Amino acid sequence: MLDAARIRTDFPLLRQQENKHRIVYLDNAATTQKPQAVLDALANYYRTTNANVHRGAYDLAIRATEAYEAARSRVARFVNAWAPEGVVFTRGTTEAINLVAGSYGRANVRAGDTVVVTAMDHHSNLVPWQILCQEKGATIRMVEITEDGRLDLSDFGRALERRPKLVAFPYVSNALGTINPAAQLARLAHAAGAVVLVDGAQSTPHLRVDVQALDCDFYALSGHKMLGPMGSGALVAKPALLDAMPPYHGGGEMISRVWDDHSTYNQLPHKFEAGTPNVEGAVGLAAAIDYLEGIGLDRIAEHEVALAGAAIEQLSRIEGVTVYGPRDHRAGVVSFTYGDIHPHDIATILDQDGVCIRAGHHCTQPLMRRLNVAATARASFYVYNDRDDVTALTTALAKAGALFGYVPA
Amino acid sequence: MDTSRPEPQLSALYQELILDHYRRPRNKGTLEGATHSVALNNPLCGDEIDLQLRLEGDVIKDVRFIGRGCSISQAAASMMTQVVKQRRLADALALADRMSAMMHGDEAAARDRTLGDLRALAGVAKFPVRVKCAMLPWNALKDAVKS
Ligand SMILES: Cc1ncc(COP(=O)(O)O)c(C=O)c1O
Repeated sequence: MLDAARIRTDFPLLRQQENKHRIVYLDNAATTQKPQAVLDALANYYRTTNANVHRGAYDLAIRATEAYEAARSRVARFVNAWAPEGVVFTRGTTEAINLVAGSYGRANVRAGDTVVVTAMDHHSNLVPWQILCQEKGATIRMVEITEDGRLDLSDFGRALERRPKLVAFPYVSNALGTINPAAQLARLAHAAGAVVLVDGAQSTPHLRVDVQALDCDFYALSGHKMLGPMGSGALVAKPALLDAMPPYHGGGEMISRVWDDHSTYNQLPHKFEAGTPNVEGAVGLAAAIDYLEGIGLDRIAEHEVALAGAAIEQLSRIEGVTVYGPRDHRAGVVSFTYGDIHPHDIATILDQDGVCIRAGHHCTQPLMRRLNVAATARASFYVYNDRDDVTALTTALAKAGALFGYVPA
Repeated sequence: MDTSRPEPQLSALYQELILDHYRRPRNKGTLEGATHSVALNNPLCGDEIDLQLRLEGDVIKDVRFIGRGCSISQAAASMMTQVVKQRRLADALALADRMSAMMHGDEAAARDRTLGDLRALAGVAKFPVRVKCAMLPWNALKDAVKS
C-alpha cells in the first residue's frame, strides 16, 4: 500500500473539512484533487513563461512554446505514443472522441456502415457516434455485457461479423470498474477491418498505459482525472491516420496558407489544434504526470485494487447492499446500491460525515438499464485514499441503514 | 461517541412520515380520464414523475402519479397528491408557493397546517441540493395546468 497519509499532505484541498469532518474524497472517477506541484506549475507558468505559443519572435514566446511542446512530449512518453505529433491536446476525453467522430468518422463512415460501441460506454463514447451515424445513415451496434459486468466477448465477436468501420470501447468502465482486455479487443477488431478507439479516461490515471502495446488507433484521455487541471486532455493517435484526416475545427494555428476561398493546413499535430491552446492545462498535465510517475503507476494500480477489494469485502457484509461489476480484473471504482435507499439519499447522508461519493447514472444510462437500476452509489479511490476512508464509507453507510430501518441505530 | 448514530439534521430530514410515504406512496398509479398530465424529470439525479390530474371546472377532482427517484421526491409527490385533491386549482398553486417558501427556510410556512404531511419536509431546507427533489412534483403540477 502507498503511504496515503503522507501523500495527502501534498493536496491542499484535502486538508479542508467538510461538514466538520475530515474530507473523505471518494469521487475520483469524476475528477481528482490537485497536488501542490500541479498548482505550482500553473502559477509558475503564468508568473514566468506566459505568452501566446507558436507565433512570437521574442524569447518569452519561444519559452512558452517550448513549455507547451515539452508537455506534449511528456504525455507522449507517459502513454508510449507513436510520436509526439500523434498527441493532440484537447479539452479532455469528450473532445478527443468528438474530434475522431467529427473528422475520421465524417470522412470514412457511410450509409449502411456499422459503428460498434459497448453497453458500458460513457455517454461521451456513445453520443458522438450516435450523432455521426444519424447523419450518415449508419448503424450503432452496442456490445452486451455479462451478468458480472464484463464485456460479452461472444457478442463482441458477433458484432464484428458486420465488419464495422470503427470499434470504440472503454479500457476501464467508470461505472463498474471493469478492466477490459483492450489489446485483445483491438486485435479482434483490426482482424475484422475496423479502426479502434479506446476511451482511456479511467485507465490513464490508474494503470500503466502503452498505446503501442494495445495497438489501438485512437486513445482519448482527460487530465483532470489524473491530478491535472480541468480542461486538459489529449487524443493520442497513429500519425498516419491523423495525417489523412480532414481538419476538425478551423481557425488560426491549424493553417499553413490561407487564400480568399480556401486554405492549406498545418502539420501534425497543429492541424487539429485551432486557436490559442490551453497551454496552462498542458503544463499542469505534465506536472501531474511527473507526480504520478514519482509514485509509480504499478504501485498506484496495486494500491487502488487493494482499496477496492477492501471496500467490496466490507460492503458485501452489509445486509441489503449489492455491489456491481466483476470481482477481479477491476480498477478502484465500486458501484453499489443499498436496499431501497436511493443513491441520492445515500450521498446526502454520507456527505454529513464528510464522505464524498457520486450518486446517479454516471453518464451510462444504457448500462443502468441493463443493471435494472435507475442509479447507483459509487465510491472511487485514488492515491490519497486509504483503509480509513473505506471504514469511513461503511460507517457512514450504517447511518443510512439506521435512518431507513435496515440496522438498529 | 457513537459514530453510527445519525446527526439531528439527518433525522429531521429522514422522518418516519417521509419514509412511510416513500415506501407506501398514496395516489400512485394511472388516472383514468385525466384532463391534464405532464412528465418531468430532474436530469441531475434522475428523479422522475409523471403527474396526472382530472380538473372539473377549477377543482382538482382527482390526481395520481407514477414516478421513481429518491425518498424526498417520491414522498413529496405522494404528500402533494393528498393536499391538492379536491382543492381549487388557484389554492393548490398558492400551496406550491407556500411549499417553496418552506423550502427556503420560511418558518411561518413550515407551520401552515394546509400543507398537511408536507410539513415533514421542512428539514429539506437545510440541504439546498435536495430542494429541487422536494419541488419536483410541484413543478410538475404547475407545468401540467399550464398546458
Ligand atoms: C469512461 C469515461 N469516458 C469519458 C469521460 C468523459 O471525460 P471528460 O468529461 O473529462 O471529457 C469520463 C468522465 O466522466 C469517463 O469516466
